[in-house]
Amino acid sequence: MSENSIALIFACPLFGAVLCTFLGGAKRALCHPVAVVSLGGALWGGIETLRRVVASESHEISYLLGGWTLDSYPRGVGIEFRADLLGTLIMLVVIGVAFLVALYSKLTVSEETPEKEGPFYTLFLLQVTGLAGICLTGDAFNLYVLIEVAALTGYGLIAMGSARAAAATFNYVILGTIGASFYLLGVGYLYMKTGTLNMVGIQEVIVQQDLADSATMQVAFVFIGLGILIKMAFFPFHAWLPNAYSHAPTSTSCLLAPLVTKVMIYVMIRMTLTVFGVDFSFEETLWTKLLPWLVVVAIVCAATMALAQRDLKKMLTYLIVAEVGYMVGGVWIYNYYGLVGSIFHVISDACMTLCLFLGAGIILRKVGTSHFDGLKGLFRRMPLTMTGFFVGGFSIIGLPPTCGFFSKWYLITGGMLAERWEYVVALLFSTMVMVVLFFRLIERIHLAVKESGEEFGHGHGDLDLPENETRFDEAPLSMLIPLLLSAAVVLLIGIYNQDVVNLVESFLEPLNLPKGTDR
Amino acid sequence: MEVIQDTRPLIALLAPFVGVVGIVWAGEKRANLRETITLLTGIFQASVVLSMIPLVLADNVIEFHVWQIFTNVPLLLRVDGFGITFAAVASVLWIATSLYSIGYMRGLHEHAQTRFYTFFAISMSATMGVAFSANLLTIYFFYEMLSVSTFPLVTHMQNKEARTGGRTYLSYLLFTSLCLLLPALSWCYVWLDGGAVTMDFLADTGKISFFSSHTQLVLLLLFTFGFAKAGLMPVHSWLPNAMVAPTPVSALLHAVAVVKVGVFCVIRVYSDVFGIDLLRGLDGERIMIWIACATILISSLIALSQDNLKRRLAFSTIGQLGYVVLGATLATKQGMGGAVLHIAMHACGKITLFFCAGAIFVASGKKYVSQLRGLGRKMPFTMGAFLIGSLSVIGLPPLGGFISKWYLALGALDGGYFWVVVVLLVSSMLNVFYLLPVAVTAFFRDRDEEEDEDGKGMKEAPWQCVIPLTCTALGCFGLFFFSDVLLQLAGLGH
Repeated sequence: MSENSIALIFACPLFGAVLCTFLGGAKRALCHPVAVVSLGGALWGGIETLRRVVASESHEISYLLGGWTLDSYPRGVGIEFRADLLGTLIMLVVIGVAFLVALYSKLTVSEETPEKEGPFYTLFLLQVTGLAGICLTGDAFNLYVLIEVAALTGYGLIAMGSARAAAATFNYVILGTIGASFYLLGVGYLYMKTGTLNMVGIQEVIVQQDLADSATMQVAFVFIGLGILIKMAFFPFHAWLPNAYSHAPTSTSCLLAPLVTKVMIYVMIRMTLTVFGVDFSFEETLWTKLLPWLVVVAIVCAATMALAQRDLKKMLTYLIVAEVGYMVGGVWIYNYYGLVGSIFHVISDACMTLCLFLGAGIILRKVGTSHFDGLKGLFRRMPLTMTGFFVGGFSIIGLPPTCGFFSKWYLITGGMLAERWEYVVALLFSTMVMVVLFFRLIERIHLAVKESGEEFGHGHGDLDLPENETRFDEAPLSMLIPLLLSAAVVLLIGIYNQDVVNLVESFLEPLNLPKGTDR
Repeated sequence: MEVIQDTRPLIALLAPFVGVVGIVWAGEKRANLRETITLLTGIFQASVVLSMIPLVLADNVIEFHVWQIFTNVPLLLRVDGFGITFAAVASVLWIATSLYSIGYMRGLHEHAQTRFYTFFAISMSATMGVAFSANLLTIYFFYEMLSVSTFPLVTHMQNKEARTGGRTYLSYLLFTSLCLLLPALSWCYVWLDGGAVTMDFLADTGKISFFSSHTQLVLLLLFTFGFAKAGLMPVHSWLPNAMVAPTPVSALLHAVAVVKVGVFCVIRVYSDVFGIDLLRGLDGERIMIWIACATILISSLIALSQDNLKRRLAFSTIGQLGYVVLGATLATKQGMGGAVLHIAMHACGKITLFFCAGAIFVASGKKYVSQLRGLGRKMPFTMGAFLIGSLSVIGLPPLGGFISKWYLALGALDGGYFWVVVVLLVSSMLNVFYLLPVAVTAFFRDRDEEEDEDGKGMKEAPWQCVIPLTCTALGCFGLFFFSDVLLQLAGLGH
């Protein structure tokens, strides 16, 4: 069983999806347990895989699906899954987040999309299969297929939402397809030049045939890079994201918002480090010079736009766009610690975004709106929910000991060592904006201030709220427990950050990235 | 010097959290039990802290390793002379404040008292953390924890004024700590020996000489203003705004814990990160002395014009914090010791003044100095204590405030800054001008009976308020007569 743990990661959700399709009619109440159980199986497989990867000598496990052999040069065509430390960590985050969302989704799915449990959980599980596959695949073309699996199911999941979701999905479909096409074209160029689609194989050919000067390679790099940037909603290609995620059903946005953009960051890191290689990506292209400045623009604009929002969910979607800027910047400042920060931020941002979206979902369900006006005095009603939500917020701001502090620490460190001061300033600016954003929320949630006609002086608070709005009225346990678990994960990843960073470092160490400390 | 491994620092740190569990469990319905738990937690914490004093006096330091933050940087607690002085003052005064809070909060029928006691306890835990931190990153963790955990206390009133005050409070504290402090920290940790330095206060003093003197000066500025809780101008405005909080909060947090955490951090940076030797050789370090002196004089002048009693005290606090920072910037042993002493002496004096301001408000609802005429005869204990507190802050013997000012002046002479002594004298004069009129008005001016109808049946504040303020007023005498221990802890003993 153990040596097939990688297969388990995909098999469980895939068969769960098939089962949900059949159960969708008469027995749709069973869909939720099926989803939870199959994701539980996948989670076990994921943890087992991580354990094996850490234990193995090369920190890498190759799993050939269907027994294809890759011994020839250039490597042949095949379905290889290659679990190294980076991919396995991100995969585990994907499955873990999906598991918590599946637990959480019981009430929202049956309330928001009644009688559609079957299709919802089918798409949900396929989405997870796609995302987890992206993290582990060792083949550039399979990666495209899995990106499309994740994208197509994502369109379906989002379109189930409110009336405006259809238009938002259409927008997403167009941009998502353009992005995927760019990527596919780039892979085509790579195949043309190297004769293989295997990721490690491509790298081998690039090094051995010294393809660094080739114009085709440059074009392939730009196409793939551009495709990924569109898919990860990097500003200014972010237009699809805010509407798609804010009009989607609650459980969908909880699943997609933390994962999709982060997995695409992973793809970018994988492409630059493994496929094109450090030397080519950072030394032979203009991206190292150009991208940090684009990142500055991206972070500043996205943070400013988040500031202008008056709707909680909308605001959070703009935060995602700003955080994407953090991580892209961490990669392209071309520094060891920047990359450590970037990878750690992929993990921690997934957890804290999950925490915030789970909290926002509860607020939406209780109050009926996610507009800021609905937040007044909520701490009195739902202290536990709000505590969980605050932990996510503190992590976004970057207050210790949440994981957000540590990823920001590494990113700032990397920026300083690479002497990309513009990036450091952008990070600090964005931190300021996050402080304003979240303490504005905390103020509304914690205080209930009368807006007009109030005397200054000795107020006793809660003056303008009716009795039924200050009563203790906590969220149902099926929603509260996943939220508190995610908040605990945010804190635990922060406290045990060294264990995660050590894994990331043993992945990055052989790559000989510049550290910038040797002055 | 001997290093003793002991869990007592951690116990002092975690005790308030255990208290919080009890406070929340008791809740609004069992108010007496809740307040008892608060008091017991305070007494327990103080006795744990005090029990460590003999060990520290015998030239030991107590250490406890909690957790590894980064590969080479631990979250390390260490109890040394400076730390225990601050911790002892804060934890002993917490007991007084807990008792005082009962009288104040009940006297005014405040809402959400459970929340108040909860966050108060958490703030005290963070304060202990700062006092016992052994390296820069540890101190930063607890510093941020204190900023966030005091926010619900500052905005306790939940009205518009509280909202404005809370916004100013947090934006000043978080913007400075995230924008100035965090980069300065990363900078130190990243570049010193390729990131191999933990910035330990004991082992790594003076390692910062690795940088060029320009960089050192920039770092010094980033640290001094990054710890905005020290209230150095121009990042002081959060403090007068935080006065919207209930008076026990203003008393303990904004005269003892929070602001003193700020100056304590500054002292740590000056004495244990840079070190006296390095500071003396640093060109441009003199700028910091000017800034501190300017803060002392300007804030005293502003205090003169404040009619709101709590605001007047707030500006007075900013000036007194300036003394502490000044002591650190003088870069002499006497100056550092005087600064640490002034933390203790000013804490005792200023908390008395705040207690009195709160007691006056509870008994009569009065907030302005001009309304206090004739109050001395109605509230003799309160106003008497106010007089003693004022004299201590002004720095007259036989009160505690005299000793710290004496050592600050000695430090200034030691460093060769004669003009600083003049500044200290002028500032003491200004202290007289803005503090004494309060007591004089209360005792010697007759109340305008016609104008003040509602004040007829006025009497002394509740006993839970009067006892603590009497004790702290007596404490000001005590600190003068029994200052040997403090002198020794501050490194000034013989």
